[in-house]
Amino acid sequence: MTAVLLTWAILVAQFLLGLAMACATFRLIRGPRAQDRVLGLDTLYLNAMLLLLTFGIRSGSTLYFEAALVMALLGFVATAALAKFLMRGEVIE
Amino acid sequence: MTHAAELPGWAALLSALFLLLGAALAFTGSLGLLRFGSFYERVHAPTLGTTLGLGCVLIASMIAFSALQSRPVLHEVLIAICVTVTTPITLMLLTRAALYRDRREGSDYVPTRAPRQAAIED
Repeated sequence: MTAVLLTWAILVAQFLLGLAMACATFRLIRGPRAQDRVLGLDTLYLNAMLLLLTFGIRSGSTLYFEAALVMALLGFVATAALAKFLMRGEVIE
Repeated sequence: MTHAAELPGWAALLSALFLLLGAALAFTGSLGLLRFGSFYERVHAPTLGTTLGLGCVLIASMIAFSALQSRPVLHEVLIAICVTVTTPITLMLLTRAALYRDRREGSDYVPTRAPRQAAIED
């Protein structure tokens, strides 16, 4: 019974996170300004990371966790670099 | 879905609950990103997903893996620390950049610099 509950919970969570990624992608594409796009990319990274963790719970393998950890680090670096670019016009001065 | 039957009932229940809560919070944050009117409102919304949503999903993952491997699995704490430390930094950088760009354009939406602050920065 509870196994079925967990299966359904994972399905619903995947659906919700997919919708969240769709929202972030819409903001990434539509803008209207560059900072909105960067914010959309950051949110997209984060939701993808949550989706990977959900996959990990579903499959019971820790490989997904490692991918999620790498994604957390890459998301930080990407957003910080893009914010720096918006501020100064170049990433490394 | 091969291993869900191996999980004890309490672990499956708790994990399902936290997973649903986390996913719902992340979705709410992203919906806010979609619906809010200006950038300075939008920048708040995804933090709901990055703090509480991420925390709930990580707790669900910790419960599931701990029950599955019958030992405490705590490596999810790494992600929690990493994201909790980096999110405020990135969003403050991004908001500063947006403020700078808006002031540079002379936008009416943001206030101009206070005289005292301008004197310090110049």
